[in-house]
Amino acid sequence: MDILNNLFPNIYNALNDFFHGLLRGANLRPDAESFIVSLIMGLIVVVFLVAISPFLMLSLTWVERKVVARIQNRLGPNRVGPWGIFQIFADMIKMLTKEDIVPANADRWVHFLAPVVTMIPITLILAVIPWGRGMAPADLNIGVLYVIALSSLGTVGIFMAGWGSNNKFALIGGMRAVAQIISYEVPQVLAIVAIVLLAGSLSLVDIVKLQGGWAGFRWFLFAIPVGPIAFVVYMISAIAEVNRTPFDLPEGESEIVAGHHTEYSGMKWGLFYMAEYLNLFVVCAIAATLFLGGWQGPLLPPWIWFFVKTLLLILIAMWVRGTFPRIRMDQLMKFAWQVLVPVALVNIVLTGLALPIFKAIGLI
Amino acid sequence: MSIDLVLTYVAFFVLAAITIIGGLLVAFVRNIMHAALALMMAFMGVAGIYLLLEAEFIAAVQVLIYVGAIAVLILFAIMLTRGLMTRTLPPENNQWLAAGGLALLLFVALVYIAVTTHWPVGTQALAGTDLIPKIGTELVTTYVLPFEVASILLLTALIGAIVIARE
Repeated sequence: MDILNNLFPNIYNALNDFFHGLLRGANLRPDAESFIVSLIMGLIVVVFLVAISPFLMLSLTWVERKVVARIQNRLGPNRVGPWGIFQIFADMIKMLTKEDIVPANADRWVHFLAPVVTMIPITLILAVIPWGRGMAPADLNIGVLYVIALSSLGTVGIFMAGWGSNNKFALIGGMRAVAQIISYEVPQVLAIVAIVLLAGSLSLVDIVKLQGGWAGFRWFLFAIPVGPIAFVVYMISAIAEVNRTPFDLPEGESEIVAGHHTEYSGMKWGLFYMAEYLNLFVVCAIAATLFLGGWQGPLLPPWIWFFVKTLLLILIAMWVRGTFPRIRMDQLMKFAWQVLVPVALVNIVLTGLALPIFKAIGLI
Repeated sequence: MSIDLVLTYVAFFVLAAITIIGGLLVAFVRNIMHAALALMMAFMGVAGIYLLLEAEFIAAVQVLIYVGAIAVLILFAIMLTRGLMTRTLPPENNQWLAAGGLALLLFVALVYIAVTTHWPVGTQALAGTDLIPKIGTELVTTYVLPFEVASILLLTALIGAIVIARE
């Protein structure tokens, strides 16, 4: 059990020692040696994080197709391998081998860079997520702010795609997406502010640490009444931010083809697809970290707890997708500005009032 | 020279190049949409320089506000302005001489200030982790008046925008 608990930190330390030992023979200056080792270790962590993104995305697409199929009383993919599990590899090969089409009148550079610009911020957020005890690749003291800042960049790539494609559907989709993301960013950040007030820290590692003990009742979700309100506001805005049903107006197939990625094919389209699912994973991972105690939990290794909580939230998002119809643009805007923002603002005031009580009972 | 210092120099020159190239593109590119995107590039370069100065908070705020909000707002404004998006505009009008002169004057003033100011150089590291609580406390104690004035200004702008949009 103990081996599993500290599996990844131990592997990291062992590799670190290994490279130090390897370089000791070369008789380098101490600062050169530690520099080279930290460079190699940093690269290993980065490659690991970047490599799991396609894996996460592919398995999430499979889960989503299965779950939504069940909700809609269908079977979902069931031809390739047991329960259709190898469908994900078929999809991958399809995506990699498809022709890459660039429209004749597209703005070449913007069209080319848009999927890259969409993908980079989301991948960067993976670096601050505390995946388990002692498993945050980077423990920034501005962790929460870092996440908010990078997720605000997601709009840029969508904008570039919508504009660079030189297609009216792409343009409309891009405009819709950006209007929606900017509107829902506000309640999302305001909901997070309540949690930052409770934790008194912007570091995601510290926020998780503060939620340990009390058999799970120290999770900020249970900081009644402010925790649950913040959680609901956060989850609704998060689902809107990743453009999922019922907030999928930017790519509503029946209205505007596929929105901002109408003119994309092959792996460029694959990057948009990947960004979408990775975004879903990231917002759920952040929700698990902020509200559900991150990796805290009994018996199972911490990193498994983290994935269990994140997957649970992802399943809720898929459930929502299978249940609700798409809402209208005016309803979307009204809901963000007239319901979520006031609720989140009142919640911040409530948090301020409740802080002395929480301190008195030892919650924070 | 230690490796850290060499890397710092390399990072600085790369970031400075990104910022300056971005700035030049903003001024000289004929397509206004490209100019807006180049502006984002320049902002990101500045954020990187803040990071290099160990001002993580300012860097994150720079990305959040300048790239994530202001530049996106500029993109939005361009998209919503009829005819601005598809036309390529000449980057200068008949006032280019005056504008260039003013910019040059500003540049000279900034260089003068940078050269004549005595910059205190510390030897120990900054008070890293408890810097953010300090910024927060200062904002609501010493600098509470400017802070509130700024928020009233923003609120006024917000209401003004809504009123204009409604007409």
